[in-house]
Amino acid sequence: MLEIKNLHARIVDDGTEIIRGLNLTVKAGEVAAIMGPNGSGKSTLSYILAGREDYEVTEGDILYNGQSILEMDPAERATSGIFLAFQYPMEIPGVATMEFLKVAMNEQRKARGEEPLKIPEFLRRVKEAAASLSMDMAMLKRPLNVGFSGGEKKRAEILQMKLLEPKLCVLDETDSGLDIDALKIVSDGVNALRSPDRAIVVITHYQRLLEHIVPDSVHVLYKGQVIKSGDKSLALDLEANGYAGVIGQAA
Amino acid sequence: MNMHTQPQRTPAETALIDAFGDRLSLLPGDGAVMLKRDDAIESIKHGLPTRRIESWHYTDLRRLLNAVPDFDPAAMAKALAPIVEGSTVLPILNGKSDAKVLSVEGITVQRLSEMLVDGSIAPGLDRYGSDDAIGALNTAFVADGYFVDIADGTELEKPIELQNLQAGGQTHVRLPVRVGANAKAVIVERQAGDGVALVSSVSQLVLGEGAEVTWLIVQEQPETATHLAQFKAHIGKNAKLTLFVMNAGGKLVRQEIVVKTTGEGADFKLRGINLLAGDTHTDVTMVLDHTVSHTTSTEIVRNVVTGKARGVFQGRINVHQYAQKTNAKMACNTLLLSDDGEFSTKPELEIFADDVVCGHGATVTEIDHDHLFYLMARGVDEKSARGLLVKAFVAEVIEELDDEAIVDALEARLDGWFLTHG
Repeated sequence: MLEIKNLHARIVDDGTEIIRGLNLTVKAGEVAAIMGPNGSGKSTLSYILAGREDYEVTEGDILYNGQSILEMDPAERATSGIFLAFQYPMEIPGVATMEFLKVAMNEQRKARGEEPLKIPEFLRRVKEAAASLSMDMAMLKRPLNVGFSGGEKKRAEILQMKLLEPKLCVLDETDSGLDIDALKIVSDGVNALRSPDRAIVVITHYQRLLEHIVPDSVHVLYKGQVIKSGDKSLALDLEANGYAGVIGQAA
Repeated sequence: MNMHTQPQRTPAETALIDAFGDRLSLLPGDGAVMLKRDDAIESIKHGLPTRRIESWHYTDLRRLLNAVPDFDPAAMAKALAPIVEGSTVLPILNGKSDAKVLSVEGITVQRLSEMLVDGSIAPGLDRYGSDDAIGALNTAFVADGYFVDIADGTELEKPIELQNLQAGGQTHVRLPVRVGANAKAVIVERQAGDGVALVSSVSQLVLGEGAEVTWLIVQEQPETATHLAQFKAHIGKNAKLTLFVMNAGGKLVRQEIVVKTTGEGADFKLRGINLLAGDTHTDVTMVLDHTVSHTTSTEIVRNVVTGKARGVFQGRINVHQYAQKTNAKMACNTLLLSDDGEFSTKPELEIFADDVVCGHGATVTEIDHDHLFYLMARGVDEKSARGLLVKAFVAEVIEELDDEAIVDALEARLDGWFLTHG
C-alpha cells in the first residue's frame, strides 16, 4: 500500500537534509511501528507523507497504491485516503468543530463521487464515534481543538480518523500526553480500525503504546534512514536496551 | 478648517452647495432647524476635510469624494426581510419614513420629518466639532428618519430593525433613539441599497440608567455608494451598550462612532468587522470618552482586506481626569489577503486620570500556514480551507455576541459576503 523508495528530503527554509535515503514498505492490513530517538526524522516523515510544504523531496519517491503522491497537495492526499493524526493538533479559533467535521467528511465524499451526508446521518456517526472514544459531545461544540487538553486533542484526532475512514493512517506520537486510561481508549479506537484493506503507521518513542496497538512490523529510524526492521520483538529489545545497540550495529 | 488653503471648490463641494440652494424650499424644518441648516452648509462652503485635518488624515474626503449624485425623487427602494425573523421593521425607503404608525407596546415612534417641521428635533442637530463633516452634511440635508422611544422597563423580545435603503441619488436620514431606564432592546441599523448614491445617516442613542442595548450596524451598500455615517451614544449609570458594526460594502465608507460613558458602572463594547473588497475605501473612526469613574469598555475590530481595498480604523479613548477606575481595552486585527490591499490602524489613548487600566493592540497577519495545512490534511481543498479560516477570523467576533438569533443572522450576512467575494 505504501512504498517509500530511497527518499531524501530537506527543510525548504534552510536546506537542512532530514530524510537521507529512507526505504519502507507497508502492506495493506499491516500495522507498522516506526521508532527512533529524538531528531531521527520521525515527525518529518509523517509531515512529508501528508504533504506539508515546509519540506522538499530531493530524491526518491513515495508510492501509495503504486502511484507517486509527491505532486499531490495535502487535500488531494487526504481525499485519496491518507490520514495523519498530528502530534500537536492545531487549535483553530472560530472554526466550529462540528462544522469542520461536516465539511471534511463531505469534501472527502465529494472527491469519491458520493453524495454529501444528510444532517441526521452525520450527527449519528459523530455521536457514535464520540461515544466509542468516551468524548463529550459538548466538547465538539467548541471551536476546533480550542481549550482541549492534550489528551482531548489526541482523542479528537482519532475521532476524525474514525469518521474519515482513511486507508493509510499515520499516527505521529499519538501516545504523548496521554494518561493510562486515555491511552487505552485511544488504542482501542485505533485497533477498531484495523482491517485487511487498511494500513496503519504508528510513530512512537516508546514501547508503551505498542503494548496496546500491537504492530506487525517495527522499524528503527535514525538520521533519516530505516536502520533496522523486525517484528514486535524488536520494540521490546529497544525498550530493554535502548537505541544505542541498534545504532551501534548499523554504524 | 482653514478656507484660505482651499480656494477652488471641488465638483462635489459645488454640487452639494448648489443642491442646498435648489432644495431649500423642499427641506422640512421650522426656523430653528433652518438656522442649523444654514450654519451646516456654511461649514461645507469652507471645504470638505482633507488629510490635513487630523481626524481625516487617512480618509481625505475632499479628494475621495469626487462626484456627488443628484437627488432622485423617482428612485424606489423596496423594504427587505429583516435579518432576524420577527423583527419590528421601520423602513426608510430612499430617504422617506413610512406613514404607517407602528403599534408595539412600550415603543413610541415618530417620523423625523414631522419633528423637523415642528422644530422639536432642533436641539438634537448640534454638531460636535469643527471637523464634523458628516454631521454638517446631514444637518444641512436631513429630511427624514425615525425617532424611537423605548419606555422605561420595556424588555423587547424581538429586535427593532431600522432599514435605511437607497435606490440611487442622495439620502440623508437621522435616527434618534432613547432607551428608558432598565429597558432591554436589540436594534438593527440596516444600511443597504443598489443605486449610485450618497448616503448620510446619523444615529443618536441615549441609554437610561440600567438599560441594556445591543445595536447592530449592518452596512451592505453597493460598490457605487458613498456611505457617510455617525453613531453617537450616551451610556448612563449601570447601562450597557454593545455596538456591533459590520461593513461589507460601499465604495467610500466612513462610520464614525462617538460614545460617552456618562454614569458610573456604564459599559461599552464595540465589536467590528470590516470585509473589504474591490477598489474601495472604508474608515471606522471611534472617539470614546470615559467621563466618570468606574466605567468599562472593550473594542475589538477585525478586518479582512482583499483586492485593492483600503481600510482605516482610528480608535481614540479619552479618559477624563475624574474617570478613575476606568478599564478600557482595544484591539484591531487585520487579515491582509492581497498585495494591493492596505489597512491603517491608529489607536490613541489620552488619559488624565491616574488610576486606570487601559491597553491597545494592533496586528496585521496573513493566513496561518499551519492552520491551512491542518485543514487541508483533512481533505478540505485549499480554496475552501482558506475560506473557512478567513471566516473563522471574523466569526469569532460574532460568536461572542452570545445570542443565537443574532449570531445566526450575522453569520448568514457573512456567508453572503464570502459567497460573492470568497
